[in-house]
Amino acid sequence: MQTHYGWMIGTVVLVASAVAAHGGPPASVGTVSGKVTYTGTPPKMKPIDMAKEPNCAKEHAAAPVLTENVVTGPGNSLRWVVVYISAGDQGSTPGTETVRLDQKACQYIPHVLVVQPNQPLDIYNDDPHSHNIHPLAKVNPEWNRSQPAGAPPIHTKWELPEFIPVKCNVHPWMHGWHMVLNTSHYAVTGEDGSFSLSGLPAGKYTVTAWQEQFGTQTQDVTISGTESKTVDFVFKARPY
Amino acid sequence: MRPHTRWMAVASGWGVLLFAAGVTRAVAQESHIGSVTGHAPAGRPLYERYCAGCHGDDGDARGENAQWIDPRPRDFTMAVFKCRSTPTGTLPTDEDLFNAMTRGFVTTNMPPWVALTPQGRADMVAYIKTFSPKWKTGKPGTPITIPPEPAPSIESIRHGRELFQKMECWKCHGPTGHGDGPSAATLTDNKDLPIHPYDFSSGSRFMCGVTNRDLYKIFMTGLDGTPMPSFADDIKPAEAWDLVHFLRTLQPLDTPEAAIWKAWLASHARELKPIGPEGGGGGR
Repeated sequence: MQTHYGWMIGTVVLVASAVAAHGGPPASVGTVSGKVTYTGTPPKMKPIDMAKEPNCAKEHAAAPVLTENVVTGPGNSLRWVVVYISAGDQGSTPGTETVRLDQKACQYIPHVLVVQPNQPLDIYNDDPHSHNIHPLAKVNPEWNRSQPAGAPPIHTKWELPEFIPVKCNVHPWMHGWHMVLNTSHYAVTGEDGSFSLSGLPAGKYTVTAWQEQFGTQTQDVTISGTESKTVDFVFKARPY
Repeated sequence: MRPHTRWMAVASGWGVLLFAAGVTRAVAQESHIGSVTGHAPAGRPLYERYCAGCHGDDGDARGENAQWIDPRPRDFTMAVFKCRSTPTGTLPTDEDLFNAMTRGFVTTNMPPWVALTPQGRADMVAYIKTFSPKWKTGKPGTPITIPPEPAPSIESIRHGRELFQKMECWKCHGPTGHGDGPSAATLTDNKDLPIHPYDFSSGSRFMCGVTNRDLYKIFMTGLDGTPMPSFADDIKPAEAWDLVHFLRTLQPLDTPEAAIWKAWLASHARELKPIGPEGGGGGR
């Protein structure tokens, strides 16, 4: 679990430093931050039976992995929610840092990743067996490539904005998302459901929060000068 | 020209004009197969006559017969095609579509359309390409290079068997190629519908042709839209022929590969390690 955080913090730092390094944004920039939570009863995540891949079953012998389509935390927080500027975006910088996806013990790490169009994406197989990576893209080209144990990483990228579900056909429980966003102002919520979008020049913005099962929500926010605005999202959870 | 013939000529002339005006999305859509050039407007009536019943008037696989068909007809609006000579994630060439249409898809409801003229098939290829904007924004991929096939040998077959183990083909196709590997039961296509891996023991033709070259292309380009991935990143062209030679031995056919394999097995069967989770290296 630590690796998830490491990756996400790394991304946030990289994006922040990328924004700072390009020197584009004006002196006074604002921040939108908040928390994503749910009301109601979320579905129970089910333990995944990996018996068909003994390597992976062994890795998770102590604690079976749960499905990740609705991951909740303390205080009704929601994890793996992508929050981003969907309209009025300014001061965005192109994504140049390479984003890494790992296939480890039959899981995608991270479960949800964000890239910008044409941002380099490297896909690694850390397992002692094969995977096939099958992004079910509709706007971008759908492809399907095998990656045996020890194979070099697949260097790829997505050209067009799209929310792409990704799966491995050999291990049907493996499911992840490649979120291709036309902005560098984005965040993926961690276990506490919090997010922060910084470096926003004065202006009117639409902030969108996307959760893979509950869909999207939007809120408008106006930033004037150096200020921090709080925007919280509450998804209505249903147990099915 | 007799009067009523002239009248018909005028009427059909108007018909062609009106028809052309209606086909806005088909403007300037062509296909090129060898020396034959196909035109989308000419392909439309053929498509509506022969294809729309399953593939739908809009190419969205919602024809009136579609609900009864398994596997479902191709959805041309997605522009994702199984049988290509081009790498995974790229559009097929006109010739790929033409060949698929001509050949049909064995084990599905898609018959061979060889009875239509080459010109008619080329016209339909052009028309099929009007259903997705991807044909306007993108170009077909560059066909993969296939080196000449070396003669099958026992070394080649045995190395192919190692690849079958190492690339984990058996996880779906099964240790003996019966299409019964551990992941076979859970396979779904890109529309989340169940799909079966090819059963080599059925002896039926492959999805994308009958030759060794066709077989080579299947695993080096992948069957896009299905669970079958491309192995082009992992299998070198020379090795790919080894895998082709081994796969031929899994079929209950009198192929040259099967003859070599049987002759070798007669005296070496004990040397073989099993394929599957316990298999180490396919017999070496």
